[in-house]
Amino acid sequence: MSDVPKTVYLRYFAQLREQSQCEEEERVTTAQTYGELYQELKAQYGFTLDLAHVKVAANDTFMGLDHPLRAGDKVVFIPPVAGG
Amino acid sequence: MVIKQFSLANAPLEPAQLWQPLANLSAGAFVSFEGWVRNHNHGKIVTALEYEVYPALALKEGEQILTEAIEKFDLLGAIASHRYGKLTLGEIAVWVGVTAPHRKQAFAGAAYIIDEIKHRLPIWKKEYYLDEPATWVYCREHHHYGLFEEAK
Repeated sequence: MSDVPKTVYLRYFAQLREQSQCEEEERVTTAQTYGELYQELKAQYGFTLDLAHVKVAANDTFMGLDHPLRAGDKVVFIPPVAGG
Repeated sequence: MVIKQFSLANAPLEPAQLWQPLANLSAGAFVSFEGWVRNHNHGKIVTALEYEVYPALALKEGEQILTEAIEKFDLLGAIASHRYGKLTLGEIAVWVGVTAPHRKQAFAGAAYIIDEIKHRLPIWKKEYYLDEPATWVYCREHHHYGLFEEAK
């Protein structure tokens, strides 16, 4: 049950977009949490930001990185921001 | 009625228009802040800026920041607008305007809004330099979010 693959939808911004060379993707993953999903992506794309320096939003709402990933989630990892 | 408007803009911001909804005969103070694109940062010569935004979440977080400021400082109105896309030197990157019965609330409210925008809005800034590759810039200590704690 726990490692049933889930389909999630990712969008990338700023340096994560540049490093993945990808704006969005549909991905099948066995990651259990948003944090685990980030580590999977970091390994694949060579993201230079550690997990400690990103936040995550699912379905346009901030979430905890240790929260369970749900099938169908629209996930955005958020590198450090710089408004103003 | 309290005025609250947060927006994202891909064209130059026009302060003369932005403040108008704030006009209010019970307001004794109006404070505005403009963030400008300057020509240097950390000793490097900046030639242009680019902002990339996550629109759905930025609009939500921006509204939330204005709501907090209105409640904390009893503002009569709060409007903020942030540019995205490519900006040239001297352009207004962000505009904040607030009204309150008295000046102290208005100053404090405007300061709160711009500080929170810098720390929390999901928007990213790429600086273009004269003699070096462009980079995404940020302050690590600024990386926290108000809504983050509430998300379940």
